[in-house]
Amino acid sequence: MLAIDPLLEGGLLWTPILLVLFKVVIVFVIGLIGTMFMVWYERKVVSGMQNRVGPNKAGPFGLLQTLADGMKLIFKEDLLPARADRIVFRIAPFLAFVPAFLVWSVIPLGGDFSDGKDGSVEWFGHVTLVQLADPPMGILVVLALSSIAVYGIMLAGWSSGSKYPLLGSVRASAQMISYEAALGLSVAAVLLTSGTLSTSGIVRAQNDLQDWNVVLTGIVPFVIFVIAATAELNRPPFDLVEAEQELVGGFNTEYSAFSFALFFLAEFMNVITMSLVIVTLFLGGPQPVEIGDINLLGFLGPLSGTAWLVLKLFAFLYMYVWFRATLPRLRYDQLMDFGWKVLIPISLGWFLLLAALREFSPDGDWQDSLRVVLISFLVAVICVGLFAAALRVSRANRDAAHRAGAAN
Amino acid sequence: MGYLEGFGVTIRQHRLFGGQRVTTEYSGGRRAKKKGNDARDVQHDEKLRRPERLHGRHVLNRYEDGMEKCIGCELCAGVCPADCIHVRGADNDPENPTSPGERFGFVYEINYLRCIHCDMCVEACPTEAITESKLFEFSFTNRKDAIYTKAELVVDDDGKPQKLPWEDWREGDDVLTSGWMRATSPSGDATFEGQVGWSGELGYGVRAPEPEQAVRDAESTTDQTTTDQKGVKVVKR
Repeated sequence: MLAIDPLLEGGLLWTPILLVLFKVVIVFVIGLIGTMFMVWYERKVVSGMQNRVGPNKAGPFGLLQTLADGMKLIFKEDLLPARADRIVFRIAPFLAFVPAFLVWSVIPLGGDFSDGKDGSVEWFGHVTLVQLADPPMGILVVLALSSIAVYGIMLAGWSSGSKYPLLGSVRASAQMISYEAALGLSVAAVLLTSGTLSTSGIVRAQNDLQDWNVVLTGIVPFVIFVIAATAELNRPPFDLVEAEQELVGGFNTEYSAFSFALFFLAEFMNVITMSLVIVTLFLGGPQPVEIGDINLLGFLGPLSGTAWLVLKLFAFLYMYVWFRATLPRLRYDQLMDFGWKVLIPISLGWFLLLAALREFSPDGDWQDSLRVVLISFLVAVICVGLFAAALRVSRANRDAAHRAGAAN
Repeated sequence: MGYLEGFGVTIRQHRLFGGQRVTTEYSGGRRAKKKGNDARDVQHDEKLRRPERLHGRHVLNRYEDGMEKCIGCELCAGVCPADCIHVRGADNDPENPTSPGERFGFVYEINYLRCIHCDMCVEACPTEAITESKLFEFSFTNRKDAIYTKAELVVDDDGKPQKLPWEDWREGDDVLTSGWMRATSPSGDATFEGQVGWSGELGYGVRAPEPEQAVRDAESTTDQTTTDQKGVKVVKR
């Protein structure tokens, strides 16, 4: 019954319990330190791209800047607006913060996955995975928790009792929900190829560079997932929610001190979390990149899995910060159009294509695959054509009715 | 694609591709003071060159023979828009006059919490007694320090402003603090060009008149103006 981790087979003895607690503490600590690092990293990289220096006074190279900011926020006065809903106002930051933490539990953080090994390690005589939990529906946990994060933001704005936070949170929740559909569809594409929902299973299935899901699913679900994840996280260019120029502070206008710190930390922790999820789903997580049969980071021994994970993670963190430094913000209607009218049709269409390929050319013959692709393309063209025709007809009817109405 | 060009712009600012940082490393005088003006720390504390007639902290000037220029007329206090000067005059002691004339400034205080550095007091003064230096970094920590008394404002026996412990004086801050500056300022009368229209000051005597505008422009070697490729004038100070 407790076989979600090979550690817990054979009942509960002392060492497994302590190992689990140890893993919990490690994940907690790494999560917090990673968040602090991510804030510093973003400020430094963005300032580099803007020809300035960034924080460099608090600690060497400004590394302790986040700690200083956090301490200041802790000492500030925590305000409760007069018209706010007391209980919800207090709970909302935690609703945003806790899911970010919980997602860390299902992500494989290391382990030896090379040559088809299953990533388990042996600690103190017990075999375990280098992740906190490995439920058979790991990815669903990730999707579910990102949906709960929407609650945090929506309730934060609603319970603040003033109009700008309400507007901000309504927009935020609409944005996050719309992009979750595209997110889920790209994850579905990954699930088709991996065949399992458990995160360690997905990592295990990505053995060589050509087996990485970014290659196996075509590159399209990867791109869509990255874009949808950026919108889920309310990161630029989709950060209308917290744009100071538009909405004062968005949903966190009325929050100060520790609650604000929690939102702030939640946002940056989510960045790391989502990047880890991307790396796990598409880039093989702790899977090494091997030339010949030699693991390029093999000299690190048992830590090479974690090292690979961190390397890939950094690529995505840099990418997110690069986005922030470069791209202007999307307007709200552009954002919603993009999510519903571009991302969802493309991800759904690609998912159908992958499903058709699996069904009608299961052996990967190029003739079968070509036939499937051509037929799909034809179907797509016909559908788009029909849709465009329908649009044209309805617009013509609308203009005719308008002219008839205007003439009367 | 135009959309992706932006990424090129930002990544080109990376150090690997020759991007520069335009931030001046300035720690507010803390490093230079802590380690006693070690050359390396002062370098990290560099400030940009100040304009010649910057409005900073005021000084009360004296004549070449040491007598104070202030006659206690209270014109500066009257014109001050921020109401920050407090002056009370008193009759000069005949055996021991403080200023040439009948009265001198007995009480003279400037409240720097109120001062807006407009220097209307400088314009109003009939004897060029109150003028300004170029020091603006004189942060105090309590109200008592903020109200500068006559003893602190008056120039010392070399004609230089007094340096109080919390002030951060730099090279060139105390060079020109006399009526010369008021008379030769851009809002001053152009008929002064080449002529002396100010009194002598302690330690410096009567300063020479400013050269004419054409000569000044030709001689300005400290400011080099070049034009870069896009036709933008870049001034290297």
